[in-house]
Amino acid sequence: MRPFSFNRAETVKEAIAALAQNPDAKLLAGGTNLIDLMKYEVTHPGMIIDINRLPLKEITDLPDGALRIGALASNSAVAYDERVKARFPLLSSAILAGASPQLRNAATTGGNLLQRTRCYYFYDTAAPCNKRAPGSGCSAIGGVNRIHAILGANPACIAVHPSDMCVALAALDTVVEVEGPQGAREIAFLDFHRLAGDEPQRDNTLQTGEIITGLRLPPNPFGQNHTYLKIRDRLSYAFALVSVAAAIEIDKGRIIDLRVALGGVAHKPWRDTLAEREFADRAIGESTFREIAERLLIGAKGQGQNDFKISLARNAIIRALRQAAAGTPQDQTVKAIQ
Amino acid sequence: MADARSPDLPVCNISLSINGERQKFTLHPWTTLLDLLRGPLELSGTKKGCDHGQCGACTVLVDGERINSCLKLAVSLDGAGIITIEGLGSPNGLHPMQEAFVEHDAYQCGYCTPGQICSAVALVKEGHARSRAEIRELMSGNLCRCGAYTNIADAIEEVMDTQRIRPVKEAAE
Ligand SMILES: Cc1cc2nc3c(=O)[nH]c(=O)nc-3n(C[C@H](O)[C@H](O)[C@H](O)COP(=O)(O)OP(=O)(O)OC[C@H]3O[C@@H](n4cnc5c(N)ncnc54)[C@H](O)[C@@H]3O)c2cc1C
Ligand code: SF4
Ligand code: FES
Ligand code: FES
Repeated sequence: MRPFSFNRAETVKEAIAALAQNPDAKLLAGGTNLIDLMKYEVTHPGMIIDINRLPLKEITDLPDGALRIGALASNSAVAYDERVKARFPLLSSAILAGASPQLRNAATTGGNLLQRTRCYYFYDTAAPCNKRAPGSGCSAIGGVNRIHAILGANPACIAVHPSDMCVALAALDTVVEVEGPQGAREIAFLDFHRLAGDEPQRDNTLQTGEIITGLRLPPNPFGQNHTYLKIRDRLSYAFALVSVAAAIEIDKGRIIDLRVALGGVAHKPWRDTLAEREFADRAIGESTFREIAERLLIGAKGQGQNDFKISLARNAIIRALRQAAAGTPQDQTVKAIQ
Repeated sequence: MADARSPDLPVCNISLSINGERQKFTLHPWTTLLDLLRGPLELSGTKKGCDHGQCGACTVLVDGERINSCLKLAVSLDGAGIITIEGLGSPNGLHPMQEAFVEHDAYQCGYCTPGQICSAVALVKEGHARSRAEIRELMSGNLCRCGAYTNIADAIEEVMDTQRIRPVKEAAE
């Protein structure tokens, strides 16, 4: 790690001011991604602003039935919170599918949203990488790209967003609350992360100097009709090759509201709300599930080593929809897929 | 305490309780908790496996919660209480989890063991594991290159059994 100076913020305003005064600074939450990247010198901030003392740990009920999760609530605290387990079990399940108990204890809600890709070349400071060093090229295109994107890929960067939690948040129509030098604002979850476009170095739409203060989860009608299905190289403590967060509101065997978010397939947690809406009022069943999977994967394109992800994603979507429709969400302990 | 600082580089003053003893430190901010423990504090029971959060060998308890000490800056923990393997028990007064690991031969080379034991102690306290499958899943943050997993799970199961906190008895896998 390269030397840096250390600054502890006691209030959100202080953190924002410190960020504004030090363009070379980075915020430190759980540190599980930032410290890792600093050890590899993928990032080397001149200053660290520790935000762990900010009063952003609370999980609170809002009058409209929504739940507000503070940006510093740990991944464990959220996953095991009784209200989250009862009203947003999809979120709890997705968090428990990721990382390890130790990492989830340290990792925070805000940090999870801002974790960076696990593309091998992004970590390898000797390799060209447009995300780490804009304009240097993309080593994954034509290189080792088994874990890379099949949707929304781009000639500048084919990396994927690695989070499990964010896939569930995308399905749950979450709102991200941020605060910056210009004041507070809200960002719809699907607008928070971005496709690589011509600025692959930017993972999200946060403006300079803004910090995430919390998330707001609106109430949902899914009950047990949800699942988080994660497919990976080993059964635990591994990032997703493909993951699916599915939730369906069903009435008399027909789809009222369909949500399917995909992880491990794109530069952002992937959701196609237009495609979802085409299936309103369709009968629940295998042929509908197959059609949904085909529809969501229109335009999917492999890069060679990751071609297998297209059929993996198709099968995972069908399985996930079956689990969600049956009200039998994937068990994150017993990994057998029903 | 030994001072491993270089002149002219930033330092911070913090205090930590290490295995029950409150101590003051002057540190470079980039010192990880793991390097503080193994270096100046000479508490080498906590191991460095990967140094990147991928193996669990560096697991310690911070205010009772298990974390990977390789990914924590010591300065960010100012005021916290740290328990390492050295603080759980002593050769003459082993912690029940240490005893169970010995009894079940839950190691071969022993390199992952301090991390496994700290992790297992936290797992029991967290109370989310109620079956052997859940023990295995919630211990998945601790890798063992020697593959002592079966005996590790046996040791943890025994501790949970004696503490009567495991209502569901399952057949071993
Ligand atoms: C070995 C390993 C395995 C893992 N496996 C998985 C997995 O399977 N699934 C998964 O989803 N994740 C996995 N993770 C990633 C883990 O979930 C993230 O590292 C973690 O969520 C990041 O949170 P943090 O609080 O530690 O962030 P930090 O490392 O503290 O911060 C990450 C980034 O976010 C910024 N930041 C933090 N908080 C805020 C805020 N409030 N406002 C603005 N900026 C902020 C920081 O400046 C930094 O740039 C794994 C990590 C490791 C090391
Ligand atoms: S895929 Fe993106 S992160 Fe990976 S090498 Fe290419 S530009 Fe870098
Ligand atoms: S040394 Fe910390 S997890 Fe491997
Ligand atoms: S006993 Fe050798 S690594 Fe676990």
